[in-house]
Amino acid sequence: MTTSLTSAAPPPVETKRAASTRPQRPRSRTSRYAVWFVGPFVVLFVGMYVAPIAFAIYKSMFRIQRDALGLGGTQEIFDPLFNYAYALGDATFITSIGRVLLFGVVQVPVMLGLALGIALLIDSASARAKSFFRLSSFAPYAVPTVVSALMWSFLYSPTNGPMGQLLGWFGIEVSFLSQDLALWAVANVVTWGWTGYNMIIIYAALQGVPGEVLEAAKLDGASPWRTAWSIKVPLVRPAILLTTIFSIIGSAQLYNEPFVLKQSTGAIDASYTPIMAAQASLQAANYPYAAAQSVLLAVGVAVLSVLFFRLTSRRSS
Amino acid sequence: MTTSSAPAPAEKTAGDRPRRKRSAPQGTTSKGSRGGLRGDSIETTATSRIAVTAVLALTALYFLFPLWWLFVAATKDAGYTFAGSPLWFSNFDLFGNIVDLFAYKDGIFAVWMANSALYSIVGAGLGTLIAVATGYALAKYEFRGKGVLFGVVLGAVLIPKVLFTLPLFLMFSATGIVNTYLAVLLPSIVSPFGVYLGRVFAASSVPDEVIEAARLDGASEGRIFFGVSLKMMAPALVTIFLFQFVEIWNNFLLPSQVLISENLRPVTVGLVSWNALVQAGQIERHMVIIGAFVAVVPLVVAFLSLQRFWRSGLAAGALK
Repeated sequence: MTTSLTSAAPPPVETKRAASTRPQRPRSRTSRYAVWFVGPFVVLFVGMYVAPIAFAIYKSMFRIQRDALGLGGTQEIFDPLFNYAYALGDATFITSIGRVLLFGVVQVPVMLGLALGIALLIDSASARAKSFFRLSSFAPYAVPTVVSALMWSFLYSPTNGPMGQLLGWFGIEVSFLSQDLALWAVANVVTWGWTGYNMIIIYAALQGVPGEVLEAAKLDGASPWRTAWSIKVPLVRPAILLTTIFSIIGSAQLYNEPFVLKQSTGAIDASYTPIMAAQASLQAANYPYAAAQSVLLAVGVAVLSVLFFRLTSRRSS
Repeated sequence: MTTSSAPAPAEKTAGDRPRRKRSAPQGTTSKGSRGGLRGDSIETTATSRIAVTAVLALTALYFLFPLWWLFVAATKDAGYTFAGSPLWFSNFDLFGNIVDLFAYKDGIFAVWMANSALYSIVGAGLGTLIAVATGYALAKYEFRGKGVLFGVVLGAVLIPKVLFTLPLFLMFSATGIVNTYLAVLLPSIVSPFGVYLGRVFAASSVPDEVIEAARLDGASEGRIFFGVSLKMMAPALVTIFLFQFVEIWNNFLLPSQVLISENLRPVTVGLVSWNALVQAGQIERHMVIIGAFVAVVPLVVAFLSLQRFWRSGLAAGALK
């Protein structure tokens, strides 16, 4: 990538028409022209992905030394592992990671189970109004996550939220944003927003299941349930894996929903999720520590994604 | 649940059809939306149809009722937002509300909507072009570092952008582009997933023969890309653009972090700042609800009108 950048290529205007008869040319020519195609992306990628992470790693290796009297003046002292060691002992940070892990372990299977179920139902021969159901579950995807969180915060509202009213008719009283339920209130907002997206991916894969296979199953006397479970689900496994990976990644970056719901409840604190915790360090003007937290999270998510990827691809081969 | 009990399949094969098909004696429903290959020979019973539809209707209720509530609440006159039934109209004043919304504080909401549109259209437009060019090169060209580049792109798809926001902020504050349009635009343009989709689409929709033929006609690589290949990849362009558009429109953490001025905010950041003021009693909740409703409309319209593009795009992303 870097080597191709240094080779000075001519601009992609029309050049040397006469040479076009040589059949060998395209290979060598395309390698020179590729620079013009991938160049802008590579430059921006380095600037917006590689450079910030490199800068964050650099920044994270300093320790903030506050003035003994606490009057202004702070100093940054080079102490490469200080912030990382501090993070591992930081109870609020560790708690936020544990909370998000719990969230992911519960929310991802529930959401994907729902997505798979809806996709199988819409794909089944008994379904009617398929496009209506497909669109209705996908509609929340078009709603910005902060808007859906705002909307649900009104719906959850204990004083004048419609959910409370509806449940009140049945004599049920639930405080959705209480200490016990807040995490699941967040999970519901995420599930509401992303089930349809995952459903569409799985449904698209279901459409690729050959009709012959399904007919053969039917002729062998397989019930629709059995066909769905033993034939369709194994055949769309790659799509289910893809949505699982995306959902794990999604859980790791949980921020918008709890941030907005925090405005409506005291049950969600400023360090509720790891990203919120890093933001809190930023608010406290401890940039090196915020940088260290970000680096830890990026590495953690990368390791998790790769591990999951390896694990599942080995099992399938 | 159906009538398939006879294990002898071949006896009634319809002559000219290559695949096996039972001629169904009764109740054949052949309304499968994909027609042809699947669905037309699968019988269903009324019970299963009702059961499936009932379950699907329940899920649709879950997905649609919050949106319906938002719409109904946005139509209620100021002061009556929580009056009457939460799920039915009363004191209808949708248009008055919209006028109020856009008049508030010299039309700051319109500025936010315009900013969102600017970030999304420019960011997704440039981003799509850059991503497709890269994906096209990955699919059609041989060059050094190709494998490495593709590996890096895939790796970047697996690490969420949100994790880069704080490092970006640190870098931007050190370089002084915090609180400018560029601070939001530059990171938004880069889309590894777009590159990935671009590669998938280029490989599947631009035949090598077409490129070779254009080369023999003496067209330059640039001409081939802009004049021939891009046209063949038009559906892909729409898909990548739409998904990047939505991603940028919905982005919250990046703009809330790198922007300070109220006038540069996109609508997501603006609405959340209003919501914070609601708790402090400085603005009516009513305004947040109407604003939320208006902010959602452009995306719903875009998705509904461009349905056939994004569905094929998601399918391609899932299958490869």
